[in-house]
Amino acid sequence: MSHHIVEVGELQHQYADGTCAVTSISFRITHGEAVAIIGANGAGKSTLLLHLNGALAATAGTIRIGDTLLTPATVPQIRRTVGMVFQNPDDQLFMSTVAEDVAFGPLNMGLSGAELEARVVAALTQVDALYLRHKAPYHLSGGEKKRVAIATVLAMSPDILVMDEPTGGLDPYARRQVMELLSGFQHTRIVASHDLDMVLELFPRTIILCQGKVAADGPTTTIFRDRELLARCRLEQPLAMQGCPVCREGAKQ
Amino acid sequence: MRSVEGALLDFRQLERLAERDSPLHHVDARAKILATLVFIICVISLGRYQLAALFPFFIFPVVLIAGGGLPVRYLVSKILLVIPFVLVVGIFNPLLDREIVAIAGPVQISGGWISFFSIVLRSLLTVASALILVSLTGFPALCRGLAQLGLPKVFVAQLLFLYRYLFVLAEEAARLKLARDQRCFGGKGTGLASFGTMIGHLLLRSWERAERVYRSMLSRGFAGEFHCPSGSSFGVGDTLFLLGWGLLLLAIRLYDPARLLGLLLTGGVQ
Repeated sequence: MSHHIVEVGELQHQYADGTCAVTSISFRITHGEAVAIIGANGAGKSTLLLHLNGALAATAGTIRIGDTLLTPATVPQIRRTVGMVFQNPDDQLFMSTVAEDVAFGPLNMGLSGAELEARVVAALTQVDALYLRHKAPYHLSGGEKKRVAIATVLAMSPDILVMDEPTGGLDPYARRQVMELLSGFQHTRIVASHDLDMVLELFPRTIILCQGKVAADGPTTTIFRDRELLARCRLEQPLAMQGCPVCREGAKQ
Repeated sequence: MRSVEGALLDFRQLERLAERDSPLHHVDARAKILATLVFIICVISLGRYQLAALFPFFIFPVVLIAGGGLPVRYLVSKILLVIPFVLVVGIFNPLLDREIVAIAGPVQISGGWISFFSIVLRSLLTVASALILVSLTGFPALCRGLAQLGLPKVFVAQLLFLYRYLFVLAEEAARLKLARDQRCFGGKGTGLASFGTMIGHLLLRSWERAERVYRSMLSRGFAGEFHCPSGSSFGVGDTLFLLGWGLLLLAIRLYDPARLLGLLLTGGVQ
């Protein structure tokens, strides 16, 4: 199962305007791992994610998905392996109905007829959104959009799931729904998020990015105990680790 | 001026009409497109003085509105929106063409007035038929129908994207406007200067969004060819719908039932 491995070596990315969003990032993620990438705004999380399936081309460094080195020639193959769920579902859902949107990827992979239909139904069922199949994307709520966006990627049967802010902007119920989905997946999962409580709950490994570099990479619980490190990277402990504010007040009195 | 949100709601209302359930809603989009096309060609191909010949054509919109259970008041309000444009186009006809072509009792009617009313009627009929087509079919199904009729996929994709992102863009515009209006007092700040930068912002945001959408398309294997989802198949009912309307409309166009009825009533037919 070596194709589930993601290996990033000395990755650099400079935008056309000269901004160096990623200066030097290296890590290796193995099969079935669930890894969270956290960091302040502008730390380079989204830029890093966009490299993982070739949406952005690296200025320097290498990306290897399984045994395949990411090059312009291997990008189509890598996009089948690495499914990317973008931050804003409105950017991801561009067809006129949910079913058509979910079918978009498999159609491009050459599927058709009953096989295509089965893929669409299976992906929508997996995210509990089959009842939305004939709806137009703009009629959906935020949580529904997010789940359908995940289904559009699941329909392509990727080995690796990459998600940018999967719980961003969702109400608590919808957030919990997405989290339950994420915890049920067997894929290698790479998620960028500011939702540190979700990270603590679902992702055993965390990589902290700070100013385009890896500031820490290790077990989530260890990293979240290091308050000094978190503060240096403009982060703080998840609320679940901060203790109950009411009890704290009580203890002072 | 109407608000952006109002216009958006109005458009969604049209979309909701297409979600209704009636036998006419189930007719294949291609049959409806072609029947509407035949209707429009028949109506606009009439001579400019053939005012009476236009009236039998009302059967097409009337039957479709009744059969599809469409709200008449809503459709009429939409159709009336084009009236000012039509009036501008036709208003000079009565002034330029003063030749008397008909006499109704004491009233002398000039050719200009006849052709003016003919323009108005033809506009109402054609706009009504287009609106009814969208209300009975829905925009996405209409695009699929056009694709099946041979419209290049790239145009269909453009139309579908336009439709999809119209709402997103309009909502963005509405948010920008709200944010501006909250900080405008006594009409200050609502002028061209702020309007210009808002339009600029919208353009830049749309640009960035287009890049993100394209990226997400690439991520899902898009390689230049847009696979339009296939529409429904063309059944017997669809053929009957198209043939029935096609023949009826052509018959109305060729034999002018209004004139025949007139001749019958005045004893002109032997």
